[in-house]
Formats: sequence, C-alpha cells, structure tokens
Amino acid sequence: MEFLLQPLTLVTFFPLLGVFVIAFINAEKKDAIRWTALITALATLLISFWAFAQFDKTNPNLQLEAKYAWIRVADWNIYYYLAVDGLSILLVLLTTLLSAISILSAWSAVQERVKEFMIFFLLLEVGMTGVFLAQDLFLFYIFWEFTLVPMYFIIGIWGGPRRIYSALKFFLYTMAGSILMLLAIIYLGVQAQNTFNVPELLARLPQLYASGQISPTAQMLLFVAFALSFAIKVPMWPLHSWLPDAHVEAPTAGSVILAGVLLKMGTYGFLRFNIPLFPNATIQAAPWMALLATIGILYGAAVSYAQADIKKLVAYSSVSHLGFVMLGLFALNAEGVSGAILQMVNHGLSTGALFLLIGMVYEQTHTRQFSDYGGLWKAMPIFAVMMLIAVFSSMGLPGLNGFVGEFTILLGAFGSKAIASPWYAGFSTLGVILAAVYLLYLFQKMFLGPDGKVITEHKLKDLNWREIVTMIPLVVFIFWIGLYPKPFFDILAPAVEKLLSALPL
Amino acid sequence: MTQPTYTDFYTIIPFLILIASACLLLVAELFIPKGRKGVVAFLSALGIAAALGFALTQIGASGVGFSGMTKLDGFSAYANILLLISGLLSIALAYGYIKRIGAERGEYYILLLFSLAGMMLMAQAGDLIVVFIALELLSIPLYVLSAISRKAKAEEAGIKYFLLGAFASGFIVYGTALVFGATGTTNLSAIVAKAADGANLGLLAIGAALILVGLGYKFAAVPFHMWTPDVYEGAPTSVTAFMAAGAKIAGLVALFRVFVTAFQPLAADMTNVFWALSAVTMIVGNLIAVTQTNVKRMLAYSAIAHAGYILMAFVPYGNPQVAATAIAAGLFHLAAYVIANFGSWGVVIALEKAEGKGLEIADYAGLSKKHPALALAMTVFMISLFGFPPTVGMVGKFYLFRSALEGGFPGLAVIGVIMSLVSAFYYLRIVVNMYMKDGDPEAEREPWLNFTIGLTAIATVVLGLIPQYLFLLAYNATLR
Repeated sequence: MEFLLQPLTLVTFFPLLGVFVIAFINAEKKDAIRWTALITALATLLISFWAFAQFDKTNPNLQLEAKYAWIRVADWNIYYYLAVDGLSILLVLLTTLLSAISILSAWSAVQERVKEFMIFFLLLEVGMTGVFLAQDLFLFYIFWEFTLVPMYFIIGIWGGPRRIYSALKFFLYTMAGSILMLLAIIYLGVQAQNTFNVPELLARLPQLYASGQISPTAQMLLFVAFALSFAIKVPMWPLHSWLPDAHVEAPTAGSVILAGVLLKMGTYGFLRFNIPLFPNATIQAAPWMALLATIGILYGAAVSYAQADIKKLVAYSSVSHLGFVMLGLFALNAEGVSGAILQMVNHGLSTGALFLLIGMVYEQTHTRQFSDYGGLWKAMPIFAVMMLIAVFSSMGLPGLNGFVGEFTILLGAFGSKAIASPWYAGFSTLGVILAAVYLLYLFQKMFLGPDGKVITEHKLKDLNWREIVTMIPLVVFIFWIGLYPKPFFDILAPAVEKLLSALPL
Repeated sequence: MTQPTYTDFYTIIPFLILIASACLLLVAELFIPKGRKGVVAFLSALGIAAALGFALTQIGASGVGFSGMTKLDGFSAYANILLLISGLLSIALAYGYIKRIGAERGEYYILLLFSLAGMMLMAQAGDLIVVFIALELLSIPLYVLSAISRKAKAEEAGIKYFLLGAFASGFIVYGTALVFGATGTTNLSAIVAKAADGANLGLLAIGAALILVGLGYKFAAVPFHMWTPDVYEGAPTSVTAFMAAGAKIAGLVALFRVFVTAFQPLAADMTNVFWALSAVTMIVGNLIAVTQTNVKRMLAYSAIAHAGYILMAFVPYGNPQVAATAIAAGLFHLAAYVIANFGSWGVVIALEKAEGKGLEIADYAGLSKKHPALALAMTVFMISLFGFPPTVGMVGKFYLFRSALEGGFPGLAVIGVIMSLVSAFYYLRIVVNMYMKDGDPEAEREPWLNFTIGLTAIATVVLGLIPQYLFLLAYNATLR
C-alpha cells in the first residue's frame, strides 16, 4: 500500500478513481458525472500541489522517486519508475491545472454522452501525467501511446463535421512517428545490457559511445527515430499538417488539452530524452533543428494570418509558438533551455485561454468564421477583456508571460554556441512581429468594427460565473509569470544546468 | 522396441485425456436426446478442464516418450496450456451460437476434442511421423467442422479447406521422405546428429523446405494463405475462432520445434527464407485487410498478418544468443493473439444474424450507444491486435521487435512497425463505426458468449499491465 501513497503514483493514477466511480453512475445523471469528474480533477490538482510542496527546488536530480521492478525475467529488466525534476515539475502542474479547467469548460458545451466524455478525459489525464513522470523508456512508451487513445475518441465522437477524418489522421500521423521510436527504444535497451531505465542508460551510454559499440551513425539514427516521434507531436514544420485538422474539429476541451499539454509532450521528449541520451547527435543536429524551428515560426505566423476560421488561426499560431520552444531547446544554453521550458508553460496558458474563450463564444454563435464577427466589444465586455489579455499574452507583450519566455529564448539563441549563427534568432524575431499582426487582426475582426452577423442574429450573453472562474487561474498565472518570473526560473535552473553540463559543448 | 511404460504415457497425459473423453462422448452422445446436446458441450469442457489441470502440473517437467516419438518440456507445456484454454473458449463461444444457427449436434464438440488433441500432439512431436499423424488428427475434424452448418458457403469452405489441406499434407509427407532419404531417420534429434555426420544437406534442405510449405498452409503464411479468407468467412464463426487460434498455434509450434531441433544445421539458409516469408506475410496480410468490408474476412487477413509478425521473431532462431528470445517472443505473442482473437470473434458472433447478415463493418455502426460494454471490449481487442498499450498485444509486439533487432534484422523490424501502422488503420475502422457513426445494431446476449468476451477483454488488459508471469512461462518454454 505504501506503493499507492507515493505522491507521484497518486497524482498519476488518482483520476482512475474518478473513472471507476463514473463508470457506476447512470449515464442520464449528467450533473453527477460532471461533478465527479471535476472533483477528481481538482483533487488531482491538489495532490500535484502536495507533490510540489515536497519538491526540493535546489536539487537538480530526479526526486520523489517511485521505483519498483515491474517485468523481471531473464533478459528483461523493466521498472515501474516515476520521478520528477525541475524539467518536468511545472509541466505536471500545468497538466493537472488544465485538466481541471477543461472539465469545467466542457460543463455545458458537452451535452451528449457526458459519461464517456468524462471517462476519456480522466484517462487522458493519467496518460499525460505519466508521460511527464515516467523514467523508464518502456513505461514512457506505454503512457506516450496511451494518450492517443482517449484523445482519438474525444476528437472523433465530440468533434465537428470532419471529426472522423481528423481523429484518424491525428492517430495515424502520431503513431507513425512513435513506431520508429519503439524500435529505437528496444535497440537502445538491448545495447545497454537490457535496461530501459533512463538514469541507468545515462550512466552506461557514454561508455558505449566511447567504445564504439554504438557508432556515431547509430547515435544519429537513434536521435532521428526519437526526434521524428517528438517532432510530429510538437509539431515541427513540415510535420504539422495533422494539427490544424485536429484542432478545428476537436471540442473546446480537447483543443485546450491538445494545445496546452499534448504538444508539450513533444518538446518535453526532446528535453528529457533526445538531448541527454544522444549528446553528440544533439550538437550535430542543433543548427538543423534551429533551421526547422525558424521556418516553423515564420511559416506558422504567415499561415495564421491567412485563416478565415478563428480556431485555425490559433492552431497555426501554435506551430509558430512551438517553433520558439524548439529554437530555445536547441540553443543548448541555460537561457535558451530555461526560456523554452517556461515558454511551454506560457503557451499552455495563453493558447489554452484562447481556445477556451473561442469555445465560449462558439457555444452561443456556432460559427467561427471571421466574416460573421465584429463589434463584440460592446456586446460582451468581460469576454473582450479576457480575450485581450490572452491575445497580449500570446503575442508577447512585455509585462505578460509570453514576453518573458520569448525574450529569454531569443537571448539564448543569439548567443548559442550550438546553433552558431545569430541569423536564426534574427529571423525568429520577425515571428514576434508577425504574431502581433495576426493576433491583433484576430482581435480587431472579432471585437471592433461594425456589428457582425453574430450580434444581429443572436442575443449574446457575456461570460457567466462558471466561465469567469474557468479563466481566472489562467489570467493569474499570465500576470504572475509576466511580472515576476524569478520563482519559476529558480525551479528550472538547477536541473537545466545539470542537463547542459553533461553536453560535450 | 521396448514395452511402453508409465513414463512414456506420462509425457502425453493431457492428450490421452482428450482422446479418452472424445471416445467416451462418442458413445454417450447416442443416448443424449436431440435438443439437449448442450450436455455434450458441458462434458467436453469437463474433459478439457481435466486435461488442463494435468497440463498445469506438467509445467517444469521434462521427458521423452515412446523412444523419442513424443516430448514433454516447457515448450510443450506452454503450447498445451494455450491450446486447452483455446479449447475451453471455443466451446463457450460455440454453445449458444450453434444452437442459434441450427447446427447444434453433439459431434461438434467431439470433433473439436479430437482436433484439439491433434494440435497438442503437434506441440509434443519428437518425430516427423508424429508431426504428420498429429496434423491429420487436427485437420480432418476441422474439415468436418467447417461444413457442419450445412449451408452452401460452409460446405464450400469445408471442401476448399479439405482439398488444400490434403495438398499441404502431401508436402509434409514428401518432405519427410526426403529428410529420411538424406539422414536415414525421422527422429528430430537424430536428424541433427546425422546432418553433422555427412548427410546430404542439399536433400535435407529440400525436405525441410517442403515441410515448411506444408506447415505454412496450416498457420496461413503468404503465399500459402489463399484458403484462409474463404474458409474463415464460410465456416461457422465459432469454428473460425477455433481454427484461427488452434490451427495457428499448432502449425507455429510444430514449425518452431522441427526447425530448432532438427534443422539447426540449415539455419543459415533458412533464416533468409523465413525473412522473406515473414515480410511477405506481414505486407500482404495487412494490405489486403485494408480493403475488406466484411469483418470475418478482415479478421482472416489480420490472422494471416499475425503469422507474419510471429515469424519475424523466429527469423534469428539459428543465432544461439537470440534463439531463446526468438521462441519466447513468438510464444508470448501467440498468447496475446489468441486472447484477442477469441474476444473479437466473440463480438462477431454476438452481432452475427441469420443468413450471414450483420457481418459487414458498417453493421457495427452505433454499437457503443446500444451495447457500450460490447463496443468497449471490441475496442480493447482491436487495440491489442495492432499492438497499442495498455494491452498484452503491445507487450507482445515489443518482444517480437526485440527478437528481430537483437538478431540483427532491423529492416524486417521496420517493415513490421510500418505494417502495424497500416493495421491500425483497418482495426480503427471498426472502432470508428462503433463509436463515431450512428446505427442500430442488434446483438445477441448469451451468457457464455458474454462471459468469454468479458474474460478475454479483462485478460487482454491485465496481462498487458502485469505480463510478468506470462513472460516467465514463455521464457521457460524455450527449446533448450
């Protein structure tokens, strides 16, 4: 039983308790189901705070370990191994926070098959938290792939008109990336005397690289196999084409989690696995990754501007924003990497907020075309203010969170030894300007100008209490990180330093 | 020739129990009135359960019987247990179904017992002659079972299966003759000794290849698979489920044993043959499955593809460092496949209507609303079949790929993962229909059928999360 009471086991698997309870509630009792799901998610959030309280910020190593032998037969040596460090703790908190918020946001938006929706959502939370905590590659792979299943159903059942196509595309596209990672994991484990345990791998790999048992070419291939899987998830240009489809079709709560957490699993994968496991390949690949990231930043921004669908605009803006994260990661210096991790959180907050708000208005108007909107400022003032905050946060206005992340990343990228050229950072800076262009375009089209069709045809109500409560935590963090980011950087710093000190740079 | 002793019989006790119960039931069945033939099902299950009980006590035992004709080892124990469980599940699936399609006859279960006994003998064979006898014992009742519903399609399936099966038997007999010509013996262990001692290796290789062809028919490897979709579709679904599990296990375990024990000296050449066979089977099976609209045919092609995956693990069998993994991986995935197999065929049975209706993938539309538990179970099976967590199919695939990679065949492993991706597409089509489209499917809710589906669904997930014991069993089952 000691096993169940470890904070990380508890934070990962607590939602299963909610699933279990919901399974026994009559499907007609929708409110009971909603409340159970919400209470479960809030309890999980509290447990993650509890875990955070026990987390030692000055310690750069893995902490709060839960480690048990899981499959131990002859040449198998697989652990159930969860642990957290400065690289992942914020992402875990982001996951539990956004899960609770998304469930709240689905309160009235999801009316059909509520029971199944909440079950899938809580299962998704288990998978996502597990991805950020697993320290055994086998366990990681299980969580990683498992997240696809509930998300597939969430898009496919509660999505828009092209939901089946989008869900299948999402599933197969992401699976295509991860199957090669599976082979790479097996190869790595077998080469390293049958261990899939990440700290043990890190201890054994330098020797394998030095002795040539894993040649530089093999290391590069392993890097590529992992990178392909993560790059599809991020998604990096040119592997992003599943994202707009999935986002546009997904229900609001699905979009929030997709943008807020699932995409971070990709960038986190680079951070946790690619960089430390394949250090030489990482350094070799850094300029190329920076190039792809820069193209992604500019491409995403340019395409965003051309969209007629509000949600699609935000979806493409994710391609651009996550380009910044990738640029920061592969700058491979303290500023770049810390900025990237913080920007992962920031993107989760600001894009999460944007999707939530778009979902709130869509519930009333059932359209997302810019041409139908206009003049909402007067009709929905609270909504407008919230949207303004989210838009400013997303475009990186100084004083809000986005600025801190992007600024640090660009600082890192300019001075990066690994990228070795200021041009990438230089071009990426254009992305910040383009972001202002398309985001202000979004705001202007929706809130200013003559009254659009939605105002004349619908009697629009401003945000209700539930919706405001949903938004408040996001707004608080948007300001907090923007005005006083030091505590967040303090959490990251030791782990980032440890990560980078192992690189032969 | 010495008199057989208790030790000889001990090696094949589960087999003997099955044969004895089948013979007894053959007589007893005459006295059971029509309409109460369900009693035979119960008695057959009792016989299988007794055999299973005994097979479980034989874990860890080893021995040779009848002057090397039969073998008892971890490998045979594993295969026997798997086969006997398959037998029980087959009876549970058939119980309500054959009543419903009007094919309830006592012989159904008796034939199943005989066939099952043949399958077990395949796993225990220590001699090519025994392999042949076992093959016939398993096949002939299956031919009859395929046609037992007396529908035109079933009769066509029966005759097709019979003709191609007879053809395959011919290959095995001819191959055995050539092996005997090359080495002067048909005993598996003696063949190895003779091969090292100046036998005609060319002749031996031809013999081995012919045996491979014969067995390839049984476990449906491409290009010997042509009969599979037609027979799987035409035969009563409960027979199909039994065939897809039992015949595949029997064919593959016989292949493992014969090639590892007898044809070890040919491993260098055979590896290439297996490589090609595995790759072609995976590619053809999966690609054709994509185009199917009938669930039975789709599952038939999926069964073909699974033979390819398991062969992939077997490719490096000649490499002593990987041999143990190669066989353990194959056996482990066989179990994973068999469980999901019975579950998915069970769901097919639940949805099947009279006159072969209810078998199109489109007929599954809306299942999740009407029968959520059934849809959930089917989803679990589909996920397991394409190797996704948290199911035993994922662990099995992991093991198979490991064997291929350790053996130094990354190319084959890449084909394997790409084909897994392709398979995800067609398995998910069923899920799409069940959850994302509207429809009004009717499903039979028979207690034993529900029980089988529920049990296999739970086993699929539980063994996926706690694979330790199955691993241990499979690992100790290797032919060392």
